[in-house]
Amino acid sequence: MTDTTTTTSGRVVAPGKGGVGESASRPDGGPKVRGEFAFAGDLWAEGMLWGQTLRSPHPSAVIRGVDVSAALRMPGVHAVLTADDIPGSSRYGLERRDQPVFAADVVRHVGEPVAAVAADHPDTARRACQAIVVDYQPLEPVLDPAEALTAPPVHPDGNLFRHLLIRRGDVAVLGPVVVEGSYEVGMQDQAFMGPEAGLAVPAEDGGMDLIVSTQWLHNDRLQVAECLGLPPEKVRLSLGGVGGAFGAREDVSLHIHACLLAQRTGRPVKIVYSREESFLGHVHRHPARMWMRHSADRDGRIATFEARILLDGGAYRSSSYHVVANAACFSAGPYKVDNALVEADGVRTNNPPCGAMRGFGAVQVCFAHEAQMDKLAQACGLDPVELRLRNALGTGDRLLTGQTIDGALPVARVIREAAALPLPPPMSPNEEMTRPGGAGRTADAEHVRRGVGFAVGFKNLMYAEGYMDGSVARCRLADGLATVTCAAAEVGQGFVTLAQQIARTVLGVDDVLLAPADTTIGSAGSSSASRQTWMSGGAVQKACLAVRDALLADVASRHGRRAEDLAIVEGRIVSADGVVDESVAEASAGQVFEEEVEYHHRLTHPLDHDGQGDAHVSLVCAAHRAVVDVDADLGLVRVVQMATAQDVGKALNPLQVTGQIEGGIAQGLGLATMEELTMRHGRILNPSFTDYLIPTALDMPEVVATLVEEPEPGAPFGAKGVGEPPTISSTPAIVAAVRAATGRPLARVPMRPPDIAFGP
Amino acid sequence: MTVPYRLTINGAEHEVADAWLGESLLYVLRERLDLPGAKSGCEQGECGSCSVLIDGSLECACLVLAAAAVGREITTVEGLQPDRGDFTAIQEAFLAEGAVQCGFCTPGLIVALTDLLTHNPHPDDLAVREAISGNLCRCTGYGRILAAAQAAASTLAGGAP
Repeated sequence: MTDTTTTTSGRVVAPGKGGVGESASRPDGGPKVRGEFAFAGDLWAEGMLWGQTLRSPHPSAVIRGVDVSAALRMPGVHAVLTADDIPGSSRYGLERRDQPVFAADVVRHVGEPVAAVAADHPDTARRACQAIVVDYQPLEPVLDPAEALTAPPVHPDGNLFRHLLIRRGDVAVLGPVVVEGSYEVGMQDQAFMGPEAGLAVPAEDGGMDLIVSTQWLHNDRLQVAECLGLPPEKVRLSLGGVGGAFGAREDVSLHIHACLLAQRTGRPVKIVYSREESFLGHVHRHPARMWMRHSADRDGRIATFEARILLDGGAYRSSSYHVVANAACFSAGPYKVDNALVEADGVRTNNPPCGAMRGFGAVQVCFAHEAQMDKLAQACGLDPVELRLRNALGTGDRLLTGQTIDGALPVARVIREAAALPLPPPMSPNEEMTRPGGAGRTADAEHVRRGVGFAVGFKNLMYAEGYMDGSVARCRLADGLATVTCAAAEVGQGFVTLAQQIARTVLGVDDVLLAPADTTIGSAGSSSASRQTWMSGGAVQKACLAVRDALLADVASRHGRRAEDLAIVEGRIVSADGVVDESVAEASAGQVFEEEVEYHHRLTHPLDHDGQGDAHVSLVCAAHRAVVDVDADLGLVRVVQMATAQDVGKALNPLQVTGQIEGGIAQGLGLATMEELTMRHGRILNPSFTDYLIPTALDMPEVVATLVEEPEPGAPFGAKGVGEPPTISSTPAIVAAVRAATGRPLARVPMRPPDIAFGP
Repeated sequence: MTVPYRLTINGAEHEVADAWLGESLLYVLRERLDLPGAKSGCEQGECGSCSVLIDGSLECACLVLAAAAVGREITTVEGLQPDRGDFTAIQEAFLAEGAVQCGFCTPGLIVALTDLLTHNPHPDDLAVREAISGNLCRCTGYGRILAAAQAAASTLAGGAP
């Protein structure tokens, strides 16, 4: 173990060390602060063309014809492709290939790709797209998810992505206290800062190289190869610098279009989405309509739980099937419920496709179940924190799905610790800038009301329901220098830092190089579902342990000792009797130790017809307390403070965990107070940062966080993924605080000023 | 229509030979002059990822026509650090305080905070928030960025490099 001394702020005291548990610095930090880090949109190649995509303006229409002749005649245009120009499969899709590369006979949502152009200048490509004439016959779209199951099919696969029933115990006999409500969540966008970008380069072997911003190189590769009509090994993907992801880069976006254009022209083709195209070109968080009914004993213990959940998946499946499962499985929140009936549907409509976003189904239901818990507390005359403690799940309890929680799940502890964090001082009467409305100076101090709200959430880590998940990593040690290779996508979360920390800790070396993430090694799976710390962290640990064992065996044989008698302590290989004592660098001088391993988590199982089964690997929870100031007359909210306690298992890098917590809370605050893709007739009305608002530095409050460390059995170093929990229960905590300040029901997020000022 | 023109960027003269006159300063920096440090996040002046200094004033390069910046001193993130491998106090603070995640907003924030600390060496929390409220960050929630700003201000006030 290297030096673990850290300051109270978590800063690194001894740079150059940085093992597990320290706030080591990011290896890509230097280039990033200097503007030298190569994001996918920064790529350039000799003779490069620019690609541009033409998209449907209609939510539903028949395509009667596409005339590309005018576009093709434009000087500088090198190729125009439509559905007729695809050498391989014409469809792609994250989990099922239900999505056309280019719409052929019909379009199913506004923004669906219809054609693509390659030209020598991005503006030429844009103008060429405008010159393509598509003859549409608009059809009546299916836009209301509640009507999807009775509407004509939007797609040959039908309008139901998944119906999931969870039945446990008996909900026929209600407890004496009953609360119910209907809740709605609007369509949130991941709104990462770096728009989709990629550079496709035709290779001499007839294959294709694609450098792209993505969350999952290997899944992309399969889809690209199918559509190009190439074997997967002829398609090589490398990770371009990724400007944030949050779920939106799990699905293929421009990948296939760029490669097709490069294949056709024989030249490198770069596509970079504009902000508007980014909003049109990736999946969003599923809008949800939910009904829940809880009954409880008079002392607040939940007797029965019923829920109906409707998720609008938009036109294509993406990950809707599994978002439905998460919404259903975690619909009751982290509470003991022995009697439950949950029905969840994910449906297809002509709205924009929805898929993965941070929290993945748990966000929507948490907003509803936490509103219910507050209603229950009120009905029982209990403090909201006390009510939650009385029902808190923990190790040994069962989930709605019947699975016994055998790992760590410190729900009661995160509740207690979040509730115990210090409250902020009262509003300063003299500081107008910190009132709701800020510089607008709209609120009189005496009209501002303060409210406090509390919420708890949980979800699973990693993929579920029997998915065979794995990650491959390679470790090479030579002359004291370790090189780690893993295809895990670094999207900003800091996996690269953790990989170095793990290698330093296992091997006792200071210098760890990270090879580029690409498809020359096996899959690391997706950077999603809070899974890379565990899965690829586990793979890196396993590879490094294999190298360590080989090194110790080598040293042992040289000294006539047994490997078990040796250990690596502070960078030196030592025996207990002190006879063997040499540095790792000395021991590996002139030699190469290299091991490649595949890591898997324990098996999970599908859910049965009652929604019962051991479907989840591990669970994670967090609690949030929000303090808000509200101008109830104008419906303006200022979040003053967010306090949180989060179950992290073990913080591998406390500073990075803090960054995940603060960043996740920002997205939860956004969903509570401002973020929604507003739709009219299937069209997004606000595909820009002028109109789709995300929190600025003036919107974000002070965050007070405490990390709850109860090591997770079976997890590498006991660590849990930390990315998603901050986004799950921060939203309902803020809304609860505004309810407390105003008495309004606020059954929908984002809250709009009229909801706060006028009710219903 | 193309007319050759010259831009002064980070103290050096750059010839722009055959550019369409409608190109933004951001496009010319990134695609013609090999200065990709300023990022293109929204192309409408909302995200601040393309922040540069023009005659010492903080601007979004996406909103300025390159040809309109002739004769003005343009400073990009590439021009802030003294030498390759060195960091300014603000850059150092970003690294030490964990202010970098995906890093896409980072160059714009570095430029914006350079501008702030030039004009206000001792900003309070609200002044920093106000100064960077035109720079969107989706990863960090700003907490570590605010910490970095204060750490950099302290370092600079202490006379350190």
